[in-house]
Amino acid sequence: MRITQGCFSFLPDLTDAQIERQVQYCLDHGWAVNIEFTDDPHPRNTFWEMWGHPMFDLADARAVMMELDACRRVYGDRYIRISGFDSTAGWESLRLSFIVTRPKEEPGFRLTRQEVGGRGIRYTTQAYVTDRPEGTRYSS
Amino acid sequence: MSDVAALAPAAPAAAPPATIDLRAEFGEAGIGDVLVQLDRDLVGLRPVKQRIREIASLLLVERVRRRLGLSAEPPTLHMSFTGNPGTGKTTVAMRMAELLHGLGFIRRGHLVSVTRDDLVGQYIGHTAPKTREVLKRAMGGVLFIDEAYYLHRPENERDYGQESIEILLQVMENQREDLVVILAGYADRMDRFFSTNPGFRSRIAHHIDFPDYADEELLAIGESILARQNYRLSDAAREALARYIATRRPQPHFANARSIRNALDRARLRQANRLVDRTEGPVAPEALLTIEAPDILASRVFAQAELQAAERQAGATHG
Repeated sequence: MRITQGCFSFLPDLTDAQIERQVQYCLDHGWAVNIEFTDDPHPRNTFWEMWGHPMFDLADARAVMMELDACRRVYGDRYIRISGFDSTAGWESLRLSFIVTRPKEEPGFRLTRQEVGGRGIRYTTQAYVTDRPEGTRYSS
Repeated sequence: MSDVAALAPAAPAAAPPATIDLRAEFGEAGIGDVLVQLDRDLVGLRPVKQRIREIASLLLVERVRRRLGLSAEPPTLHMSFTGNPGTGKTTVAMRMAELLHGLGFIRRGHLVSVTRDDLVGQYIGHTAPKTREVLKRAMGGVLFIDEAYYLHRPENERDYGQESIEILLQVMENQREDLVVILAGYADRMDRFFSTNPGFRSRIAHHIDFPDYADEELLAIGESILARQNYRLSDAAREALARYIATRRPQPHFANARSIRNALDRARLRQANRLVDRTEGPVAPEALLTIEAPDILASRVFAQAELQAAERQAGATHG
């Protein structure tokens, strides 16, 4: 199941040239660009691991692409996303976030139904990959 | 997506036009303005300006050739600026960044100026991230490494400078279209640096040598510095400044235009002091913007020169 989240989630995956244009847009607006990765695809997992520091003093997107390449070399089998954080007063939050790399196979989620008091049912989803320990989930 | 197509390297034109108007290209790239500004703002430096003109022409032709699909390789643009302190290396590097940006050889046209301290770390594992951080900041622009020879410390074989040099060389080779590196420093030390690091020499296309300024050029520089700050020299002060320059040059730590700028900063200080201390009653605006001869003649440089002359004389009579 193809995970979608953030901007452009209904478009096909962006090419590197397109990613670079988006990053340049962030930098031109003075947003700090972050590279984050995870191997827990649950939608409620909002805090991903950061790759390096937030990048706020760059002029050119190629520098971010260099870091992205370095991150892909190590964690290319996981989800990697790029986000742009706007620190201006009143915003102080992410303005843009999109997935740039995803695992080759995305097994998707199991739906668990829990029968509770009376005829009530609680639903919960769990990613199949999280049955395996962290760090070994997408490397087969 | 049409905007993505614009990112792709320019495809060779289907049918090359019969002739190319280089003059139009010149105007379009906006390099004419940069060159004129360079001529107007920088006093002297004739050989440097000549070299920059040559490089600009080369790059202009290269740009047209690229558009016609005659050359695909990005040209090597890394440079080395050699010359004594205060001869305008940083200023020219800034103009060079504008020029390269106008011609489309770098994407942003900013200048990041660093020295050894910004590149080399203090402990094992500190250097590589530090150097990469600087390189990231310089991406799309010009990285100006002042006194580059300090990167290499031959007396200490475990110096972390070598690590930094290796990363720099790698980026200079593999990301030629992303950034231009300019190394700067004293001519003799740069030569020694290049002879011990042949990798650098072979990756640098343009060597530009900055000559020292002549005395009258320094005087002109001094006057233009003052004009920019809305000051002017009285005739006597101009003569005093000319004498100052001639006296200052043989003394140690002479740094061309920088020495003149510092001398004028001190002259302004003395002028202000003179006005506040010795003037009674209202002051004409004229007095506020004129530097007088005593403001310059009070400099320590003259006293030192006299002292040296006296010593020399004493030495002569004793010996």
